[in-house]
This record gives sequence, structure tokens and C-alpha cells, in this order.
Amino acid sequence: MSKKIWSWLALVFGILYFGLPLLGTLEFSLKMRRGVYSLDAYAAVLNDPQFRATFSYSVIMALFTIVLGVIIVVPTAYWVQLKYRRLRPFIEFITLLPLVIPPIVVVFGYIRLYNTSSWLPLTGSAMGTNILLMFGYATLSLPYMYRAVDTGLRAIDVRTLTEAAESLGANWLTIMTRVIMPNVLVAILSGAFLTFAIVIGEFVMAALLNRPAFGPYLQIMGANRAYEPAALAVIAFAITWACMGLIQLVTRFQKFSRVAR
Amino acid sequence: MAFLDLSNLQKFYGTNHVVKDFSIGIEKGEFISFLGPSGCGKTTTLRMVAGFEVPDQGAISIDGQDVVRLKPNQRNIGMVFQAYALFPNMTVAQNVGFGLKIAGKPKDQIAERVTEMLALVGLKDFGARYPFQLSGGQQQRVALARALAPSPQVLLLDEPLSALDAKIRVSLREEIRNIQRDLGITTIYVTHDQEEALSMSDRIVVMHDGIAEQIGEPFEIYNKPASRFVAEFVGTLNLIDATVEDSSTGRVKVAGQHLELGRSLEAVNGATVSLALRPETVRLGRIADGDQTLTGLVEEVSFLGSVVRIKVALGGNHIVLDTFNRTISKPPSIGDQIEVSFPSESVMI
Amino acid sequence: MSDVTVSKPKTTRSWAWLGIAPFILFAVMFLILPTMHIIIGAFKNQQGEVTLDNIRNLFQPSIMASYWISIKISVASAFFGCLIGFAIAASVTLGGLPKWIRAPLMTFSGVASNFAGVPLAFAFIATLGRLGLVTVLLKSWFGINIYAMGFNLLSFFGLTITYLFFQIPLMVLIVTPALDGLKKEWKEAAQILGASGFQYWRMVALPILWPTLLGTFALLFANAFGAVATAYALTGSSLSIVPILLFAQIRGDVLQDPHLGYALAFGMIVITGFANGIYIWMRTRAERWMK
Repeated sequence: MSKKIWSWLALVFGILYFGLPLLGTLEFSLKMRRGVYSLDAYAAVLNDPQFRATFSYSVIMALFTIVLGVIIVVPTAYWVQLKYRRLRPFIEFITLLPLVIPPIVVVFGYIRLYNTSSWLPLTGSAMGTNILLMFGYATLSLPYMYRAVDTGLRAIDVRTLTEAAESLGANWLTIMTRVIMPNVLVAILSGAFLTFAIVIGEFVMAALLNRPAFGPYLQIMGANRAYEPAALAVIAFAITWACMGLIQLVTRFQKFSRVAR
Repeated sequence: MAFLDLSNLQKFYGTNHVVKDFSIGIEKGEFISFLGPSGCGKTTTLRMVAGFEVPDQGAISIDGQDVVRLKPNQRNIGMVFQAYALFPNMTVAQNVGFGLKIAGKPKDQIAERVTEMLALVGLKDFGARYPFQLSGGQQQRVALARALAPSPQVLLLDEPLSALDAKIRVSLREEIRNIQRDLGITTIYVTHDQEEALSMSDRIVVMHDGIAEQIGEPFEIYNKPASRFVAEFVGTLNLIDATVEDSSTGRVKVAGQHLELGRSLEAVNGATVSLALRPETVRLGRIADGDQTLTGLVEEVSFLGSVVRIKVALGGNHIVLDTFNRTISKPPSIGDQIEVSFPSESVMI
Repeated sequence: MSDVTVSKPKTTRSWAWLGIAPFILFAVMFLILPTMHIIIGAFKNQQGEVTLDNIRNLFQPSIMASYWISIKISVASAFFGCLIGFAIAASVTLGGLPKWIRAPLMTFSGVASNFAGVPLAFAFIATLGRLGLVTVLLKSWFGINIYAMGFNLLSFFGLTITYLFFQIPLMVLIVTPALDGLKKEWKEAAQILGASGFQYWRMVALPILWPTLLGTFALLFANAFGAVATAYALTGSSLSIVPILLFAQIRGDVLQDPHLGYALAFGMIVITGFANGIYIWMRTRAERWMK
């Protein structure tokens, strides 16, 4: 029975370690008005035009990144599954590279490679930098996106589905959009929500590329204000939680629909 | 007291009474099967012997020593699991030598014993392989060698063949039995496959709902089932409703036809009784003089290779009979009216 | 019918390349080329000549100290992340805790492992900063003043504690399925062959889990080593870990030598690459028994 005691101890330690910072942040975020708990810090944050501007910028970037990620990852994972099984270790190696190469190194490379005097002067204009940042975000989320989609594709029999569709006369685009996508939609959504969570809080790339994103805004607030950062941390945590909750939700929904079939 | 003695074992899972007052004495060197459908308590009983489950009541002793309080690693028992219980990170030789290594035996002794055990199960040259490089049958042989290597007092086998395909199952069960006989090791074999139990065991325990319905030799279990459950679970059984006409002489009526069972019946005249017949005791046509015969319509004919199984309708009853496949005579076709016969003493009531 | 069978293999082949081409193009342009550019830049001087001077210049005390503190924080947070994450995962999978704890734990781990960066720094300032909840409570309830005792959030110890907030959950997420993969029969087979619980863990369970543990350690190491946002938001640039030094260098050339920046980044790649190299090497050794 000593095993059970140690297990409870480990769990209690975990709850304390993870609970206290969240509690501390929440408590701190409510203390803006002297002596009483209030939502003043939240009000201040939500009324800050900078907050709205940077937050909506990051949301839009996240959405574009998700679309880009899907376009890059889904056909590749599909073809690797269907035709290029030999390439699988190679492709998987590439998708894992962003976990090994620090993002700051990657963005450093961007800055030097795509500067105004280079063959592809992406950093020369705001739009170009946005595009560069989007590609940067896509590399950050690549490991997660690829993994989610690959797992989803493995769960269905891609080859049989494709052959069945081909025998019915479907072309490549039809197969992709009508057969494969719906079947891995849940996997794509999981990857998408994860990408969203990553992009919203990202700091290094946006800061070094000088884009007005939410991450650098958070950092500036942290350096200049006392209570607002705590409120922002609570909001950021809530967004992350919502993304993970949505992943759970779609996964569960899929389970139901599978049973129903 | 028997070598391995289980007495009055009881086990509850919550309010679920899975083993009810189970007792058996097993002699040294005996091969005992626990046979029963899933959920009958056979595996739980085995796991109590192994020490993975603690009985709520009752005693287990091996060679006179009470083992109920001992942990599994103190009992000196060998066990083979259903499937996949080889350690995947060790070679075959390391797997087989595991128990000896734990016991602190010197390296050369372990190596010697491992070679011996691998030879015993016919895998002499497989010592350096990893489990994933072996077939299912080979894995189970290694598991057997591993269980036997530390020379346990008792060997437990928990449905060791159920994950394998049919052909290997048959050959491996003969091999297990031969090895067991050679080593003279006391063995409990848990299975839901009556064919395995019948072909391997010295004695069989047929279990149902946590109770030992019958304990006996295979011949006894098959031919003299102690209960309706045993009769139905072991082998195929024809059940025919009959009306008693004369209980003193054993005359009954089946679908308008008379049978003379030649012995007195317990039921009163006019009562309905169930007659039970093994398919192999029923023959096509009239063969011997004293046989009882019934006439019916052929309903189904299934060709099973060496045997042809025929289902005959008798009013509302059915009789299934097995007849050998003879190249010269074709089996009857569906709808034929045929006569079936059986000796009156083969009828179980 | 006949023209379908003739034309099909040909079109399939051409489509196949197109399917993979965007990915390859993307990986080359936005992952491999930028990295290669940094690596090559580390071996060039201002005039574009090949040189080892940049690498040599890394070996000055202040830069070495940065690498050293970065490595210390990364190793410590990866090690304790693995250890504590393993303990929590093992408690939930094998420790006999109620089953319902599992689902919320996994969800929370998913959230917490992604809750890094700037907000995490805020959370720890609000908790363990000079006016943080825990700091204040410890002082007013128990009379313990952790800052008087030498604690500082902007230090090796403080940063390690902060990083553990995303390291531990990551470990939990990865190791829980691995612990589920340990078959009950392995433990029982070991037991019945005479092994104690400790022997089972040493000889069977840990060797089976070893590749996963190693891989996770390497991942957690790289995860901490490359992290900028949390440290930057916590400390500004007062704690000179390598990624922060590089961040300042990219922004304002604080080293007054652009190519030393390349070398700094190259050093980071070498270290995370080295950690993963060790991992791959040990993994192939540990995985001989795998398909």
C-alpha cells in the first residue's frame, strides 16, 4: 500500500506545483484596485487598442498559418502513405527538425537570407515580412501538424480508399477533397488548434521580424505594467485551454460518429 | 494430503462471487486441466495458485507447505501466459535464463541450463534471437522453457495455445504433454477448448460459475457427465424430448416412434424427459440387432473431410450424427427419409 | 476502358511528385537553407573568406559562461522534468490512483506543455516574484522570506523551476502511453520467476522504456535550450543565457561582430544536434530488440 501513498504524494506535488502559479496569477490579476478584488486589470487590457490590434493580427496570422500548414502537410503525408513509403523516415526526420533547431536560429537565418539585398527580399515590405512570419510559424507547428495528420491517415486505410475512389473515376483533387480530407478532418482540426495555440503566444519570430503580434505586445506590457500582465497570462492560459478543449471535443465527436457508423 | 492441495477456495470481486468453495487435491506429476467457459473462475483459481490473487477464504499448499501468504516470487512456480509475455528487450537465451539469474546462479550454470531447456523445446539454435523474430508458436515454446528453467515444483499454463492457429495448436499440445510427462512436473492447464483438455489431461476439472461441476478422467467426463452443463459443454450433444410410456421398462415415445431404453426411469409415466446422445454413437441405417432406431428426414448435410455430419429432423427434434466419409458411398441428400440407430445404453437421460 | 489503363500509371507518377514538391520546397526554403546559411556564415568573415576565427571567438569567458548556464538550465529542467513527469505518469497509470484522474491530467498536460513563453513568465512573477502569492504567503504564514534566503526568480534555480512548468507536462504526455504499453504479463512473468518489484523495473521495465526516456530527455533539453520568450520576459537581458544573448545580438549587434552571431547560433545547433545525436546513437543500441 506504500505504492499508493507515493502515488498520491506525486499527484499532490503536481497539483501544488501547477495549481499555485495559476492561482497566483489569477489572484494577482484581480488586485489592481487597492484593497478589493476587481476586474479592473481585465477591463484595462480589453480596452487597450494595442491589445485588440495585436490580438487580431495574431489570430489572422494563425488562421493563415493553419491553411498553409494543411496545404503543405496533408498532400505530403498522404503521398508518403500511399506511394512513397521509402521516404517516410526522411520526411519524418524533416518534420522533427524544428524541435531540434531552435526557432531563434531559424528566424536568424530568415533575416539574413531574405533581407532587402537578397534574391528574395521578403523583409523589404510589411506584406513580405508577414508572409515570412507565416512560413516561420508553419515550421514551428510542422512537427505537430504532420504528426496529427499522419496518425489520422494511418487510422484509415488510405490505399483502399484511394483505389476505391479511383475505380469510381474520381480524379486527384476529388479524392483529396471528398475522400481523404473528410476522413482525416478530426486530425487536421487537432493540428489546427495546436497551431493556433502556438501562434497566438509566439514571441521570438514576431519580435525579431518586428511584426505587431500578440507575443511581443505581451512582453512590452510585462516590462511596463504590474497587473495587466497577470490578466493577460490568465487570458492566454484560457485560450490555450480552449484550444486543447476543442481538440478533445472533436476527437470525442469523431468517436461518436465512428460508433454510429 | 495431495502434493498440490487447494481446499475451499473462495474469491469475491466486490459482490461478484467468482470462485465458490473450490477444492481439489493434485498428485505429484499429474496433468490437470481446468475447463470451462470464460468467466467460470478457472483463470482466477489459477492466479490464486500463482499468487497474483489472494483467496478470500481457503488454503493452498504445495508439498505440505501453506503458500497462501507467500508472494508469487517466493512460490517456486512456473507459469506460461496466454500470449506476448516474453520480455521483448531480452534474447531468447536471456529470457530462458531470467529466473536462474534472479536466483543468483553462476553464469556457466545458467548457460548450460538454457541450452538444455532450448533443446527440450526444440529451439536449440534460437538463443541469440529476439522475441519479435519468432513466430507465435516458437514464442510460446520459449515461454515454456523459461517457466521450466528454474525447475519449479508446479507448472501453470493459462490458455497458452489460444492465440495460435489451429495446426500449431495441435502439434504444440502434444509437445507440451510429452515434455510434462518426461519431467514429471505437476501441471495445471487452463483452457476453454474441450479438445485440448480431453486430449492432454490426466484429469479434468469442468468449471461453471465458480464451481467445480465435475472432476474426473477425460473418459469419465465425456461419457458420464455428472450434470447437464458438463454434458453440453464437453462435446456435441443431441437433446431429444421424449414422453415416458413405461418407466419400469424404459419405454419412451419420440415423435410418434417408440424406443426401448432397457432400464427403469425415474420419471413417472406421461412425463417429458430429455434424452441425450453423442453424435458419434448415432449411426446411419440399422447396423446391430439390439439397436434402437428412429426414422426422420435429412435436414442438413455438412461435409467435414473425414467425417460427414448429418442433421436429421424428428418431428420437432433434431439429431446430429457423424458418419465416416467413405469414398464408395455418397452421403444422403437433403429431404431423404433415413433411419438412424444407436445402442440403448448410449442414451443419457 | 483501354485508354484509362494505359494513361493511369503515367498521370499517377507525375501527380505524385507534385504532391510532395510543396513540402520539399517549403522545407528547403524555410528550414534547411536558413539553417545552412547560419552554419556557413559561422565559418566566414566579413569579406566572405573561410575562417575559423568566429568559432575561436566563441571561446571567450563571457560567451562560454552563457553556454554553460544555458546547458545547466536545460539539463536540470530536462532531468527533473523527466523525473517528476515520470513519477506523475507512473502514479496515474500504475500507482493505483482512481481512474477518473487520468483524463483531466492528460488534458491539463496538453495545456500546460503549450503554456510557455511570455505568459508563463508572468505567472511565475505573480507567484514567486517579490510580491508573488507564494512569496507573500510564505512570509506572512510561516515567516519564511525566500528572497532573504537567496532565492531569485531571475537565476539558474528560478528559471529551472519556471521551465519545469512546460517540461513536466511534456514528459507526462509522452511517457504515459509508453507506461500503458508495459504489459501486465511482463510484470507477472518476472514475479513468478522470482523477481522482486525492483528487479522487474531494473531488468525489464526500464530497459523497455529506455528509448522513450532518452528521446524525451533529448527533446526536453532542446526545448529548454532554445526557449527565449520565457527567459526574456522574466529577466529582460539580465540573465545571459545563450538564446537571450543571440536575441540581443540579432536586434542590436551587441557583440559588435555580425559573424560572431552566426557562430553563436551555430553553437546552439551543434549542442542540440549533439544531444539528439547521442539520443539516436543510444536509441539504436537500446532498440536492437525492436522491429
